Amino acid sequence: MTGHTLTRNSRDAAIGTTVTLGVVVLLALFPLFGSASTQLTLIEVFYFLSLAQMWNLLAGFGGLVSVGQQGFVGIAAYTTFVLAEKNGLDPFLALVLAGVIVAVFSVPVAAFAFRLQGGYFAIGTWVIAEVFRLATLQIDSLGAGNVQSFTVRNTFANYDIDLRRDVIYWVALALAAGATFIVVFVLRSRLGLALRAVRDNPDGASGLGVNVTRARLTVWVMAAAWTGATGALIHLNSSTVTNRDAFSVLDWTALVIFIVIIGGVGSTTGPIIGVAIFWFISEQFEDADTWRFIILGGVAAVMAVFAPRGVYGLIQQWRPFQLFPVRARLRGPGLD
Amino acid sequence: MEWVNAVVQGILLGGLYALFATGLSLAFGVMRFVNLAHGDLAVLAAYLTLSTTNTMGVSIWWSMILVIVVMAAIGYVGQRAVFNRTLGDDPLPGILVSFGLGVVIQNALLEYYTATDERLDAGSIITESIKVNDDISIGWFPLITLIVAVALLVSLQLFLARTKMGRAFRATADDPETAQLMGIDHKHLYGLAMAIAFATVALAGVFLGARTTFAPSSGSSQLLFGFEAVVIGGLGSLWGTLLGGIVLGTSQTVGNQASIGWDLLTGHLVFLAVLLFRPHGLLGTGVRT
Repeated sequence: MTGHTLTRNSRDAAIGTTVTLGVVVLLALFPLFGSASTQLTLIEVFYFLSLAQMWNLLAGFGGLVSVGQQGFVGIAAYTTFVLAEKNGLDPFLALVLAGVIVAVFSVPVAAFAFRLQGGYFAIGTWVIAEVFRLATLQIDSLGAGNVQSFTVRNTFANYDIDLRRDVIYWVALALAAGATFIVVFVLRSRLGLALRAVRDNPDGASGLGVNVTRARLTVWVMAAAWTGATGALIHLNSSTVTNRDAFSVLDWTALVIFIVIIGGVGSTTGPIIGVAIFWFISEQFEDADTWRFIILGGVAAVMAVFAPRGVYGLIQQWRPFQLFPVRARLRGPGLD
Repeated sequence: MEWVNAVVQGILLGGLYALFATGLSLAFGVMRFVNLAHGDLAVLAAYLTLSTTNTMGVSIWWSMILVIVVMAAIGYVGQRAVFNRTLGDDPLPGILVSFGLGVVIQNALLEYYTATDERLDAGSIITESIKVNDDISIGWFPLITLIVAVALLVSLQLFLARTKMGRAFRATADDPETAQLMGIDHKHLYGLAMAIAFATVALAGVFLGARTTFAPSSGSSQLLFGFEAVVIGGLGSLWGTLLGGIVLGTSQTVGNQASIGWDLLTGHLVFLAVLLFRPHGLLGTGVRT
């Protein structure tokens, strides 16, 4: 009547989305002109961004603070190993199937973990990841604790060294861009509205007819599948699987959490900022992994208390902007 | 008879797990705080005891007393300066701060002490045991650990039930706002609760370090065991914590008796079974939310 409309689109978001798409296209063309070593660095940045977006979807929007993401990465690593190396499936088809299988595994995990709240949920997911790690250790055909390799003879039979690096690069980029797209898409949907309602007031949301468990289970399974596919890529890239590394809580959960916290939890842009900072710090501590953990962990812990919305939140205080059209605003005469 | 022995050893092992679980249980009971650095703090205490013993040339027990006092002080200051700021309806900041702290402690220990396995020298008590029969013998040290755990839980229970300050703890746990209206300084009280939690985890760390070798990365599994003991026993129940520790310890030793190397997996599976069939734990009432 008064000409007011509710919209998620804004000039910022239109520019932000266009620029982002431009950057993605540019990155997709990178193997044609860039160096192989930069390409390998970017693969790492991409898979960490994919893991970070998924953890952010769970913790920042779903209220599911998981410390057991390494369980999904580990299952995916071994699934890919069995499918591609032992049964001759195309490695990237195996990656897709690994995502599906991890999604299947994530349902019974939820049946246990969803009985716990808050901090206990966090440790519960960690215990379940440990169960998967210890269980794979008992299976002799998975090499127990020994190093397993994706060989040129089996897994990469149809890929020469350059093609293999390029395809891994493109898949990593697709996983990172896809993860970001999924989060934006979810937030614009009814599910996203339900999730934020549940996060901000679970009792109120369920009183308004939101099926809390179903909303949480949906993002849980989505995040598990995408984390699984990313885990498969991580191991195709390193071309080895070891029990300890595949199920590493420090690599696949702690670093990911630090990236999201430093960048900004609960925003789609935060993980992108976080992964850029992570990449910068990693470059400084290339030969000192312990220092990398000490610095990132320390900064994340301090920020969790004093700047809970991360670097993104600090920038918002200075100049509000949004890269993606996710937040709804009322527009019309007398507003703006 | 081997199976009986496995159960006996499991009960004794449960004493150690109950020691780990006590601090977690207390911090959760009083201020709903879940400390993910709990296991790493235990390992930190073990290393501090090692360094104190080496530099001062005293027995580990004297070092332990010093370390417990220092850890309690760190706990009080840490709670007041940092953890108190994370309390509230949203559990995320508390989880993140303690998780980050744990990773920092673990890597700082790795940087300073390297990854070499260490052990605290508790003297001849470690190898001495009471021989019950040909198959069963009870080690003095595990027995002392269990006795210390029971004594600790009894004194905490008495402290909470009988003293004025214990009443203030319970009042704040039940209803922090009203407790504050009654003149209870909840920030100070939370500091004291965390001081006790840090003191007990230091105690647990020293008993762990004397019983077996430890390394900077040993903390996370101890966090998981302590947490499992709390959940198996039932949240908010100190006796449940002791029972939970014993159930977990017994599951592990019996699992290992059934098939070598299955100790950890069996323990985790028993925990999951309890979670599925008795989500509020063996002694939990489910009244607390």
